[in-house]
Amino acid sequence: MLPSGNQPSAPIGAGSIDDWPSKDLIGSDRSGLPPAGETGDVDAVLAILQQVPDPEVPVVSVVELGIVRDIDWQDGQLVVSVTPTYSGCPATEAIEQHIVEALVASGYSNPLIQRRLSPAWTTDWLTEAGREKLRAYGIAPPVGSASKRSLTGQSDPVVPCPLCGSEATERVSEFGSTACKALYRCRDCLEPFDYFKCL
Amino acid sequence: MHNVAQKTQTPLITYLLRLGDSALVLGQRSAQLCGKAPALEEEMALMNVGLDLFGQARNWLAYAAELEGEGHDADYLAFRRDAQDFRNLLIVEQPNGDFADIMGRQFLFDAWHVHLLEGLADSSDPRIAEVAAKSLKEATYHLRRSSEWVIRLGDGTEESHTRMQRALDNIWQFTGELVQFDEIDQAMQEAGIAPDPETLATRWKATVEEVLEEATLERPSYDAWMYTGGKVGHHTEHLGFLLAEMQYLPRTYPDATVW
Repeated sequence: MLPSGNQPSAPIGAGSIDDWPSKDLIGSDRSGLPPAGETGDVDAVLAILQQVPDPEVPVVSVVELGIVRDIDWQDGQLVVSVTPTYSGCPATEAIEQHIVEALVASGYSNPLIQRRLSPAWTTDWLTEAGREKLRAYGIAPPVGSASKRSLTGQSDPVVPCPLCGSEATERVSEFGSTACKALYRCRDCLEPFDYFKCL
Repeated sequence: MHNVAQKTQTPLITYLLRLGDSALVLGQRSAQLCGKAPALEEEMALMNVGLDLFGQARNWLAYAAELEGEGHDADYLAFRRDAQDFRNLLIVEQPNGDFADIMGRQFLFDAWHVHLLEGLADSSDPRIAEVAAKSLKEATYHLRRSSEWVIRLGDGTEESHTRMQRALDNIWQFTGELVQFDEIDQAMQEAGIAPDPETLATRWKATVEEVLEEATLERPSYDAWMYTGGKVGHHTEHLGFLLAEMQYLPRTYPDATVW
Protein backbone atom coordinates (compact mmCIF):
# COMPACT_ATOMS: atom_id res chain seq x y z
CA MET A 1 0.00 0.00 0.00
CA LEU A 2 1.13 3.50 -0.80
CA PRO A 3 2.04 5.73 2.10
CA SER A 4 0.85 9.29 2.02
CA GLY A 5 4.41 10.56 2.06
CA ASN A 6 4.54 14.31 1.60
CA GLN A 7 0.96 14.40 0.43
CA PRO A 8 -2.02 15.59 2.45
CA SER A 9 -3.15 13.04 5.02
CA ALA A 10 -6.75 13.12 3.77
CA PRO A 11 -7.46 10.84 0.80
CA ILE A 12 -6.23 12.54 -2.31
CA GLY A 13 -9.01 14.26 -4.14
CA ALA A 14 -11.56 13.96 -1.37
CA GLY A 15 -12.19 17.69 -1.64
CA SER A 16 -15.26 19.49 -2.82
CA ILE A 17 -17.10 17.24 -5.19
CA ASP A 18 -20.49 18.21 -3.84
CA ASP A 19 -21.91 18.89 -7.27
CA TRP A 20 -21.29 15.34 -8.42
CA PRO A 21 -23.92 12.68 -8.16
CA SER A 22 -22.09 9.77 -6.63
CA LYS A 23 -22.50 7.62 -9.73
CA ASP A 24 -21.16 10.39 -11.91
CA LEU A 25 -17.81 10.79 -13.65
CA ILE A 26 -15.72 10.62 -10.57
CA GLY A 27 -17.32 7.96 -8.44
CA SER A 28 -17.56 7.96 -4.70
CA ASP A 29 -14.53 5.73 -4.54
CA ARG A 30 -11.79 8.27 -4.97
CA SER A 31 -9.85 7.25 -1.94
CA GLY A 32 -7.34 5.65 -4.25
CA LEU A 33 -4.52 6.23 -1.86
CA PRO A 34 -5.14 4.40 1.39
CA PRO A 35 -3.59 5.57 4.64
CA ALA A 36 0.06 4.93 5.12
CA GLY A 37 1.12 1.36 5.62
CA GLU A 38 4.53 2.01 7.09
CA THR A 39 6.86 -0.41 5.41
CA GLY A 40 10.34 0.56 4.47
CA ASP A 41 10.19 -1.20 1.15
CA VAL A 42 7.26 0.86 -0.11
CA ASP A 43 9.01 4.07 0.86
CA ALA A 44 12.12 2.94 -0.96
CA VAL A 45 10.15 2.20 -4.11
CA LEU A 46 8.31 5.48 -3.80
CA ALA A 47 11.60 7.33 -3.51
CA ILE A 48 12.73 5.74 -6.79
CA LEU A 49 9.48 6.61 -8.54
CA GLN A 50 9.77 10.20 -7.30
CA GLN A 51 12.75 10.39 -9.64
CA VAL A 52 10.84 9.17 -12.72
CA PRO A 53 9.66 12.20 -14.67
CA ASP A 54 6.52 12.42 -16.76
CA PRO A 55 7.88 12.34 -20.32
CA GLU A 56 5.62 15.15 -21.54
CA VAL A 57 5.85 17.38 -18.49
CA PRO A 58 9.29 16.36 -17.21
CA VAL A 59 9.20 18.85 -14.36
CA VAL A 60 6.83 16.59 -12.39
CA SER A 61 7.39 13.00 -11.38
CA VAL A 62 4.92 10.19 -11.95
CA VAL A 63 4.22 10.26 -8.21
CA GLU A 64 3.51 13.99 -8.20
CA LEU A 65 1.24 13.52 -11.21
CA GLY A 66 -0.81 11.11 -9.11
CA ILE A 67 -0.71 8.23 -11.57
CA VAL A 68 1.07 5.75 -9.28
CA ARG A 69 -1.88 4.18 -7.53
CA ASP A 70 -0.42 1.30 -5.60
CA ILE A 71 2.83 -0.41 -4.66
CA ASP A 72 2.57 -3.99 -3.56
CA TRP A 73 4.25 -7.35 -3.60
CA GLN A 74 2.59 -10.45 -5.01
CA ASP A 75 4.42 -13.72 -4.39
CA GLY A 76 7.61 -11.80 -3.88
CA GLN A 77 7.27 -9.79 -7.08
CA LEU A 78 7.04 -6.01 -6.91
CA VAL A 79 3.79 -4.79 -8.51
CA VAL A 80 3.28 -1.11 -9.29
CA SER A 81 -0.21 -0.05 -10.35
CA VAL A 82 -0.31 2.89 -12.70
CA THR A 83 -3.32 4.68 -14.13
CA PRO A 84 -3.30 6.57 -17.45
CA THR A 85 -4.14 10.27 -17.38
CA TYR A 86 -6.23 10.10 -20.56
CA SER A 87 -7.46 6.99 -22.40
CA GLY A 88 -5.28 7.85 -25.37
CA CYS A 89 -2.29 9.26 -23.54
CA PRO A 90 0.58 8.38 -25.89
CA ALA A 91 3.03 8.42 -22.99
CA THR A 92 1.39 5.52 -21.17
CA GLU A 93 3.75 2.85 -22.49
CA ALA A 94 6.79 5.11 -22.17
CA ILE A 95 5.94 5.88 -18.54
CA GLU A 96 5.54 2.19 -17.72
CA GLN A 97 8.85 1.45 -19.39
CA HIS A 98 10.63 4.26 -17.51
CA ILE A 99 9.27 3.00 -14.20
CA VAL A 100 10.51 -0.52 -14.92
CA GLU A 101 13.92 0.78 -15.99
CA ALA A 102 14.27 2.89 -12.86
CA LEU A 103 13.30 -0.01 -10.60
CA VAL A 104 15.59 -2.47 -12.35
CA ALA A 105 18.47 0.02 -12.13
CA SER A 106 17.86 0.17 -8.37
CA GLY A 107 18.03 -3.58 -7.98
CA TYR A 108 14.41 -4.70 -8.28
CA SER A 109 14.90 -7.52 -10.72
CA ASN A 110 11.49 -8.20 -12.15
CA PRO A 111 8.93 -5.49 -11.40
CA LEU A 112 5.44 -5.83 -12.81
CA ILE A 113 3.36 -2.86 -13.98
CA GLN A 114 -0.37 -3.14 -13.65
CA ARG A 115 -2.46 -0.72 -15.67
CA ARG A 116 -5.44 0.37 -13.65
CA LEU A 117 -8.38 2.27 -15.13
CA SER A 118 -10.59 2.55 -12.09
CA PRO A 119 -11.01 4.86 -10.33
CA ALA A 120 -10.30 7.13 -13.27
CA TRP A 121 -7.44 9.55 -12.85
CA THR A 122 -8.30 13.06 -11.79
CA THR A 123 -6.17 16.19 -11.57
CA ASP A 124 -7.22 16.32 -7.92
CA TRP A 125 -4.49 13.71 -7.43
CA LEU A 126 -1.75 16.14 -8.46
CA THR A 127 0.28 16.75 -5.33
CA GLU A 128 0.86 20.25 -3.96
CA ALA A 129 4.54 19.93 -4.78
CA GLY A 130 3.62 18.90 -8.30
CA ARG A 131 1.35 21.92 -8.72
CA GLU A 132 4.10 24.28 -7.59
CA LYS A 133 6.57 22.72 -10.00
CA LEU A 134 4.11 23.08 -12.87
CA ARG A 135 3.64 26.74 -12.09
CA ALA A 136 7.37 27.37 -11.88
CA TYR A 137 7.73 25.58 -15.23
CA GLY A 138 5.21 27.96 -16.85
CA ILE A 139 2.16 25.68 -16.86
CA ALA A 140 -0.82 26.91 -14.87
CA PRO A 141 -1.92 24.11 -12.51
CA PRO A 142 -5.60 23.09 -12.28
CA VAL A 143 -7.76 25.66 -10.52
CA GLY A 144 -10.23 24.17 -8.06
CA SER A 145 -11.20 20.54 -8.11
CA ALA A 146 -12.48 18.36 -10.89
CA SER A 147 -16.22 18.26 -11.38
CA LYS A 148 -18.78 17.84 -14.08
CA ARG A 149 -19.24 21.60 -13.98
CA SER A 150 -15.58 22.22 -14.66
CA LEU A 151 -15.65 19.77 -17.59
CA THR A 152 -18.77 21.19 -19.18
CA GLY A 153 -17.51 24.73 -18.77
CA GLN A 154 -20.35 25.81 -16.49
CA SER A 155 -17.80 26.97 -13.96
CA ASP A 156 -14.87 28.30 -15.93
CA PRO A 157 -12.32 29.31 -13.32
CA VAL A 158 -10.04 32.31 -13.37
CA VAL A 159 -6.65 30.93 -14.34
CA PRO A 160 -3.80 33.13 -13.09
CA CYS A 161 -0.92 33.59 -15.50
CA PRO A 162 1.95 31.35 -14.31
CA LEU A 163 4.45 33.89 -15.61
CA CYS A 164 3.30 37.24 -14.20
CA GLY A 165 0.49 36.20 -11.86
CA SER A 166 -2.14 38.38 -13.56
CA GLU A 167 -5.71 37.15 -13.46
CA ALA A 168 -6.53 38.89 -16.74
CA THR A 169 -6.25 35.77 -18.84
CA GLU A 170 -8.39 34.19 -21.52
CA ARG A 171 -8.79 30.78 -23.06
CA VAL A 172 -7.58 30.50 -26.65
CA SER A 173 -8.37 26.83 -27.22
CA GLU A 174 -9.80 23.94 -25.23
CA PHE A 175 -6.69 21.94 -26.01
CA GLY A 176 -3.03 22.84 -25.67
CA SER A 177 0.09 20.91 -26.58
CA THR A 178 -1.26 17.75 -24.97
CA ALA A 179 -4.72 16.41 -24.19
CA CYS A 180 -4.37 17.31 -20.52
CA LYS A 181 -3.86 21.00 -21.18
CA ALA A 182 -5.78 23.95 -22.60
CA LEU A 183 -4.22 26.97 -24.25
CA TYR A 184 -4.54 30.34 -22.54
CA ARG A 185 -3.12 33.79 -23.03
CA CYS A 186 -2.35 36.54 -20.56
CA ARG A 187 -3.78 39.94 -21.43
CA ASP A 188 -1.21 41.72 -19.25
CA CYS A 189 2.12 40.18 -20.11
CA LEU A 190 0.73 38.96 -23.46
CA GLU A 191 2.38 35.57 -23.11
CA PRO A 192 0.53 32.41 -24.15
CA PHE A 193 0.62 29.56 -21.66
CA ASP A 194 -0.66 26.05 -21.08
CA TYR A 195 -3.28 25.40 -18.44
CA PHE A 196 -3.38 21.93 -16.91
CA LYS A 197 -7.13 21.58 -16.94
CA CYS A 198 -9.35 20.04 -14.32
CA LEU A 199 -10.36 16.51 -15.18
CA MET B 1 -8.51 -12.93 -43.48
CA HIS B 2 -10.33 -12.16 -40.30
CA ASN B 3 -14.05 -12.27 -40.82
CA VAL B 4 -15.86 -11.89 -37.55
CA ALA B 5 -19.20 -11.90 -39.33
CA GLN B 6 -18.78 -15.59 -40.11
CA LYS B 7 -17.87 -16.53 -36.57
CA THR B 8 -20.14 -16.91 -33.66
CA GLN B 9 -20.27 -13.42 -32.33
CA THR B 10 -21.99 -12.92 -29.02
CA PRO B 11 -24.19 -9.85 -28.66
CA LEU B 12 -21.67 -8.44 -26.19
CA ILE B 13 -18.79 -8.73 -28.67
CA THR B 14 -20.89 -7.07 -31.37
CA TYR B 15 -21.82 -4.32 -28.96
CA LEU B 16 -18.16 -3.74 -28.04
CA LEU B 17 -17.22 -3.60 -31.71
CA ARG B 18 -19.87 -0.93 -32.24
CA LEU B 19 -18.39 1.14 -29.42
CA GLY B 20 -14.78 0.56 -30.39
CA ASP B 21 -15.21 0.94 -34.14
CA SER B 22 -17.18 4.17 -33.80
CA ALA B 23 -14.47 5.69 -31.62
CA LEU B 24 -11.73 4.39 -33.90
CA VAL B 25 -13.23 5.65 -37.14
CA LEU B 26 -14.07 9.10 -35.78
CA GLY B 27 -10.58 9.28 -34.31
CA GLN B 28 -9.16 8.49 -37.74
CA ARG B 29 -11.33 11.20 -39.33
CA SER B 30 -9.88 13.67 -36.82
CA ALA B 31 -6.36 12.43 -37.48
CA GLN B 32 -6.82 13.02 -41.21
CA LEU B 33 -6.95 16.74 -40.43
CA CYS B 34 -3.37 16.78 -39.18
CA GLY B 35 -1.67 19.56 -41.11
CA LYS B 36 -4.95 20.70 -42.65
CA ALA B 37 -6.97 22.33 -39.87
CA PRO B 38 -8.00 25.98 -40.31
CA ALA B 39 -5.93 27.17 -37.33
CA LEU B 40 -3.08 25.75 -35.27
CA GLU B 41 -5.11 25.75 -32.05
CA GLU B 42 -7.94 23.87 -33.70
CA GLU B 43 -5.55 21.40 -35.19
CA MET B 44 -4.18 20.58 -31.75
CA ALA B 45 -7.72 20.23 -30.45
CA LEU B 46 -8.74 17.92 -33.28
CA MET B 47 -5.67 15.75 -32.77
CA ASN B 48 -6.27 15.53 -29.03
CA VAL B 49 -9.91 14.63 -29.49
CA GLY B 50 -8.81 11.97 -31.97
CA LEU B 51 -6.24 10.68 -29.51
CA ASP B 52 -8.85 10.34 -26.78
CA LEU B 53 -11.05 8.40 -29.19
CA PHE B 54 -8.17 6.09 -30.17
CA GLY B 55 -7.50 5.36 -26.51
CA GLN B 56 -11.15 4.59 -25.92
CA ALA B 57 -11.26 2.41 -29.04
CA ARG B 58 -8.29 0.46 -27.76
CA ASN B 59 -10.00 -0.19 -24.45
CA TRP B 60 -13.21 -1.43 -26.11
CA LEU B 61 -11.49 -3.48 -28.80
CA ALA B 62 -9.08 -5.06 -26.33
CA TYR B 63 -12.07 -6.35 -24.39
CA ALA B 64 -13.79 -7.55 -27.56
CA ALA B 65 -10.63 -9.42 -28.60
CA GLU B 66 -10.35 -11.07 -25.19
CA LEU B 67 -13.94 -12.25 -25.33
CA GLU B 68 -13.45 -13.56 -28.87
CA GLY B 69 -10.71 -15.79 -27.54
CA GLU B 70 -8.97 -16.09 -30.89
CA GLY B 71 -5.67 -14.84 -29.53
CA HIS B 72 -6.07 -11.44 -31.18
CA ASP B 73 -5.63 -8.00 -29.69
CA ALA B 74 -7.03 -4.51 -30.22
CA ASP B 75 -4.54 -3.76 -32.99
CA TYR B 76 -5.57 -6.86 -34.84
CA LEU B 77 -9.21 -5.88 -34.77
CA ALA B 78 -8.39 -2.32 -35.83
CA PHE B 79 -6.02 -3.15 -38.65
CA ARG B 80 -6.96 -6.57 -40.00
CA ARG B 81 -10.68 -6.39 -40.53
CA ASP B 82 -12.41 -5.24 -43.69
CA ALA B 83 -15.20 -2.72 -43.95
CA GLN B 84 -18.02 -5.26 -43.74
CA ASP B 85 -16.70 -6.41 -40.35
CA PHE B 86 -16.76 -2.92 -38.90
CA ARG B 87 -19.75 -2.07 -36.73
CA ASN B 88 -19.32 1.69 -36.42
CA LEU B 89 -22.12 4.19 -36.85
CA LEU B 90 -22.37 5.62 -40.35
CA ILE B 91 -22.11 9.20 -39.10
CA VAL B 92 -18.48 8.82 -38.01
CA GLU B 93 -17.23 7.61 -41.39
CA GLN B 94 -18.62 10.57 -43.33
CA PRO B 95 -15.91 12.71 -44.96
CA ASN B 96 -14.49 15.77 -43.28
CA GLY B 97 -15.75 18.52 -45.61
CA ASP B 98 -15.37 22.04 -44.24
CA PHE B 99 -15.00 23.03 -40.59
CA ALA B 100 -18.76 23.28 -40.13
CA ASP B 101 -19.14 19.70 -41.43
CA ILE B 102 -16.43 18.53 -39.04
CA MET B 103 -17.90 20.23 -35.97
CA GLY B 104 -21.47 19.32 -36.87
CA ARG B 105 -20.57 15.63 -37.14
CA GLN B 106 -18.55 15.84 -33.92
CA PHE B 107 -21.31 17.59 -32.00
CA LEU B 108 -24.08 15.17 -32.99
CA PHE B 109 -21.80 12.26 -32.07
CA ASP B 110 -20.56 13.82 -28.81
CA ALA B 111 -24.10 14.55 -27.60
CA TRP B 112 -24.96 10.89 -28.12
CA HIS B 113 -21.63 9.63 -26.78
CA VAL B 114 -21.84 11.50 -23.48
CA HIS B 115 -25.32 10.21 -22.68
CA LEU B 116 -24.39 6.69 -23.72
CA LEU B 117 -21.25 6.69 -21.56
CA GLU B 118 -23.21 8.05 -18.59
CA GLY B 119 -25.38 4.96 -18.86
CA LEU B 120 -22.48 2.59 -19.48
CA ALA B 121 -20.66 3.90 -16.41
CA ASP B 122 -23.42 2.12 -14.45
CA SER B 123 -23.06 -1.08 -16.47
CA SER B 124 -23.47 -4.44 -14.78
CA ASP B 125 -20.23 -5.39 -16.57
CA PRO B 126 -17.46 -3.88 -14.39
CA ARG B 127 -14.97 -3.75 -17.25
CA ILE B 128 -17.40 -1.72 -19.37
CA ALA B 129 -18.24 0.49 -16.41
CA GLU B 130 -14.62 1.44 -15.77
CA VAL B 131 -13.80 2.14 -19.42
CA ALA B 132 -16.98 4.21 -19.72
CA ALA B 133 -16.28 6.20 -16.54
CA LYS B 134 -12.86 7.09 -17.88
CA SER B 135 -14.14 7.89 -21.40
CA LEU B 136 -17.01 9.97 -20.07
CA LYS B 137 -14.70 12.64 -18.70
CA GLU B 138 -13.08 13.00 -22.09
CA ALA B 139 -16.35 12.92 -24.04
CA THR B 140 -17.86 15.56 -21.77
CA TYR B 141 -15.02 17.88 -22.65
CA HIS B 142 -15.38 17.03 -26.35
CA LEU B 143 -19.06 17.92 -26.21
CA ARG B 144 -18.24 21.21 -24.57
CA ARG B 145 -15.93 22.13 -27.41
CA SER B 146 -18.11 20.92 -30.29
CA SER B 147 -21.18 22.64 -28.78
CA GLU B 148 -19.26 25.89 -28.53
CA TRP B 149 -18.27 25.67 -32.17
CA VAL B 150 -21.76 24.84 -33.41
CA ILE B 151 -23.09 27.81 -31.45
CA ARG B 152 -20.31 30.12 -32.60
CA LEU B 153 -20.71 29.20 -36.24
CA GLY B 154 -24.51 29.01 -36.17
CA ASP B 155 -24.93 32.28 -34.30
CA GLY B 156 -22.04 33.90 -36.13
CA THR B 157 -21.85 35.64 -39.48
CA GLU B 158 -24.27 35.11 -42.31
CA GLU B 159 -21.66 32.98 -44.05
CA SER B 160 -20.88 30.81 -41.00
CA HIS B 161 -24.58 30.41 -40.23
CA THR B 162 -25.34 29.31 -43.78
CA ARG B 163 -22.50 26.80 -43.75
CA MET B 164 -23.35 25.42 -40.32
CA GLN B 165 -26.97 24.96 -41.32
CA ARG B 166 -25.92 23.25 -44.54
CA ALA B 167 -23.55 20.96 -42.64
CA LEU B 168 -26.31 20.03 -40.24
CA ASP B 169 -28.76 19.34 -43.06
CA ASN B 170 -26.21 17.12 -44.82
CA ILE B 171 -25.12 15.02 -41.85
CA TRP B 172 -28.59 14.72 -40.36
CA GLN B 173 -29.54 11.74 -42.53
CA PHE B 174 -26.91 9.69 -40.66
CA THR B 175 -28.28 10.37 -37.17
CA GLY B 176 -31.03 7.76 -37.35
CA GLU B 177 -28.68 5.09 -36.03
CA LEU B 178 -28.05 7.12 -32.88
CA VAL B 179 -31.65 6.77 -31.78
CA GLN B 180 -32.74 3.50 -33.36
CA PHE B 181 -32.03 0.24 -31.64
CA ASP B 182 -32.03 -3.40 -32.58
CA GLU B 183 -31.95 -6.79 -30.88
CA ILE B 184 -28.32 -6.30 -29.81
CA ASP B 185 -29.12 -3.06 -27.99
CA GLN B 186 -32.15 -4.78 -26.51
CA ALA B 187 -30.12 -7.73 -25.27
CA MET B 188 -27.53 -5.41 -23.73
CA GLN B 189 -30.19 -3.44 -21.93
CA GLU B 190 -31.86 -6.57 -20.62
CA ALA B 191 -28.53 -7.80 -19.28
CA GLY B 192 -28.02 -4.47 -17.51
CA ILE B 193 -24.92 -3.90 -19.60
CA ALA B 194 -26.14 -0.89 -21.57
CA PRO B 195 -28.65 1.85 -20.79
CA ASP B 196 -32.21 1.96 -22.05
CA PRO B 197 -31.99 3.03 -25.72
CA GLU B 198 -35.16 5.07 -25.53
CA THR B 199 -33.87 7.10 -22.61
CA LEU B 200 -30.63 7.60 -24.51
CA ALA B 201 -32.57 8.85 -27.55
CA THR B 202 -34.59 11.27 -25.41
CA ARG B 203 -31.47 12.70 -23.79
CA TRP B 204 -29.65 13.03 -27.10
CA LYS B 205 -32.56 14.92 -28.58
CA ALA B 206 -32.73 17.26 -25.59
CA THR B 207 -29.05 18.16 -25.88
CA VAL B 208 -29.26 18.61 -29.63
CA GLU B 209 -32.32 20.84 -29.34
CA GLU B 210 -30.77 22.97 -26.62
CA VAL B 211 -27.58 23.64 -28.55
CA LEU B 212 -29.20 24.14 -31.94
CA GLU B 213 -31.62 26.62 -30.48
CA GLU B 214 -28.80 28.65 -28.98
CA ALA B 215 -26.99 28.38 -32.30
CA THR B 216 -30.08 29.79 -34.10
CA LEU B 217 -30.04 26.72 -36.32
CA GLU B 218 -33.05 24.91 -37.63
CA ARG B 219 -33.23 21.30 -36.55
CA PRO B 220 -34.10 18.93 -39.39
CA SER B 221 -36.94 16.53 -38.74
CA TYR B 222 -36.44 13.39 -36.67
CA ASP B 223 -38.76 11.73 -39.15
CA ALA B 224 -36.55 12.52 -42.13
CA TRP B 225 -35.39 9.56 -44.18
CA MET B 226 -32.26 8.08 -42.58
CA TYR B 227 -29.38 5.96 -43.80
CA THR B 228 -28.81 2.99 -41.51
CA GLY B 229 -26.71 -0.17 -41.59
CA GLY B 230 -23.37 0.67 -39.97
CA LYS B 231 -24.22 -1.30 -36.85
CA VAL B 232 -24.64 -4.47 -38.92
CA GLY B 233 -21.73 -3.87 -41.27
CA HIS B 234 -23.46 -2.16 -44.20
CA HIS B 235 -21.38 0.94 -44.75
CA THR B 236 -21.20 3.91 -47.05
CA GLU B 237 -18.42 3.88 -49.64
CA HIS B 238 -16.31 6.21 -47.49
CA LEU B 239 -15.31 3.61 -44.89
CA GLY B 240 -13.33 1.49 -47.34
CA PHE B 241 -11.13 4.41 -48.36
CA LEU B 242 -10.59 5.41 -44.74
CA LEU B 243 -9.56 1.86 -43.79
CA ALA B 244 -7.28 1.54 -46.79
CA GLU B 245 -5.30 4.51 -45.58
CA MET B 246 -5.42 3.58 -41.90
CA GLN B 247 -4.54 -0.09 -42.39
CA TYR B 248 -1.99 0.22 -45.15
CA LEU B 249 1.15 0.09 -43.04
CA PRO B 250 0.24 -2.73 -40.64
CA ARG B 251 -1.09 -4.79 -43.53
CA THR B 252 2.06 -4.23 -45.56
CA TYR B 253 4.31 -5.23 -42.66
CA PRO B 254 2.01 -7.57 -40.73
CA ASP B 255 4.75 -9.11 -38.62
CA ALA B 256 6.55 -5.92 -37.70
CA THR B 257 7.15 -5.59 -33.99
CA VAL B 258 8.96 -2.25 -33.98
CA TRP B 259 7.68 0.83 -35.81
